Amino acid sequence: MKRELIVRKIEHGTVIDHIPAGNALNVLRILGIRGNEGFRVAVVMNVESRKLGRKDIVKIEGRELASEEVSIIALIAPTATINIIRNYEVVYKERVKLPDIIEGIVRCSNPNCITNQPKEGARPKFRVVSRDPLLLQCTYCERYTTKEDILKQFRR
Amino acid sequence: MSRIGFKNRDVLTILDFSREDLELLFREAKKMEMYSKSALDILRGKVVALAFFEPSTRTMFSFQTAIQRLGGTALILSDVQRTSIAKGESLGDTIRMLDSYSNAIIIRHKIEGAATYAAEVAEVPVINAGDGTHRHPTQAMVDLYTIWRERGNIHGLTVGVLGDLKYGRAATSFILGIMKYRLRRLYLISPPELRLKSEIKEILDKYGVQTTEVSNIEDVVNELDVLYVTRIQRERFPDPAEYERVRGSYRITLKTLENVKEDLMIMHPLPRVDEILPEVDGTKYAYYFKQARYGVPVRMALLKLVLGD
Ligand SMILES: [Zn+2]
Repeated sequence: MKRELIVRKIEHGTVIDHIPAGNALNVLRILGIRGNEGFRVAVVMNVESRKLGRKDIVKIEGRELASEEVSIIALIAPTATINIIRNYEVVYKERVKLPDIIEGIVRCSNPNCITNQPKEGARPKFRVVSRDPLLLQCTYCERYTTKEDILKQFRR
Repeated sequence: MSRIGFKNRDVLTILDFSREDLELLFREAKKMEMYSKSALDILRGKVVALAFFEPSTRTMFSFQTAIQRLGGTALILSDVQRTSIAKGESLGDTIRMLDSYSNAIIIRHKIEGAATYAAEVAEVPVINAGDGTHRHPTQAMVDLYTIWRERGNIHGLTVGVLGDLKYGRAATSFILGIMKYRLRRLYLISPPELRLKSEIKEILDKYGVQTTEVSNIEDVVNELDVLYVTRIQRERFPDPAEYERVRGSYRITLKTLENVKEDLMIMHPLPRVDEILPEVDGTKYAYYFKQARYGVPVRMALLKLVLGD
């Protein structure tokens, strides 16, 4: 409970807890949060966790995550829990869940893949081969896409 | 893919076909050999579209001949149409157009996954005549048929696949096809930089197939029953000097064959450049011209099974 003292509670927004240690900044990156959007963001890294040993926490004040965003988080922080906070209360709590098939969101790592041809309407679709380490397989070209590939896509 | 049989089925990857499927295809292909110079009417009144977005004379002629021998009509996308499509219209729209005219679409495309996408767009069956770097199911069917036809059996053989195993779609498809049989040994012979992609290795692992990767053909050639040769392309090497250094070691000459098994079969999907020297052509080991001739009956059998009544 000591960790609660590190960052004060938020009034409205989202707390992403149980992020595998060292991944808080990756979570912010794939959510497209760079710090100049105006809302308060607190990042807590490498704190003790009974479940994970060490974990990161991200608190975003003034923004509630949409469900599509929640599934993106599952890609790089499969253990994360999402807490939606309103008026200092947790109104909704959810463990992120990576589906077996992922459509959209991520691009295939193969530039020669049909899903990377701008003229075509082929939407990226992946089978989750492994959750940890994350490995996705394109259902069109069968190429693997890794966590590193995904992070590169969200780095701008 | 639990659909059984061939009727109205998409042919996208050799992985989708069981040994029983292949056996059925081979028996049909053997019957078709009789009709390689005459006509049947199995596809009478049917139109098969040949959408070759990437040129391939051999595969295209082979399909075109198969369609004609079965009494069907081949609708061929011309070079001019192909280039105009390359500039403007999307693949999806072209496939939709062909879908409305034809009973099946045969597609060849350099983009990976193009055939799978075409099959999603089209209502008629789509046959992949090669897409990207690892799928070429009908070539694998022809290759496996050649061994089945010449040896009577594929089980128990020691097979070596030589060349570009990373980008060569014929080699990869052949490996994914032949792994379905209980081989004695499967040797993957290539320069270290052209070994199988991990995606493909994991499929082999999943099927419990043991392979041995080697860099020198000399180390294993005398053990082989089948040697499947493919081309190593210069552009695959970032360093041209490296290409020059390795190419000689992956070339089959009479000297390579000095102590091989009496009934070794050397195969090649053709066209070749210099990976098998012409001096090998006259030996009893050379099966690649025969293999090429089996292209038509195997594709006839496939079309019959997919489209016949
Ligand atoms: Zn892909």
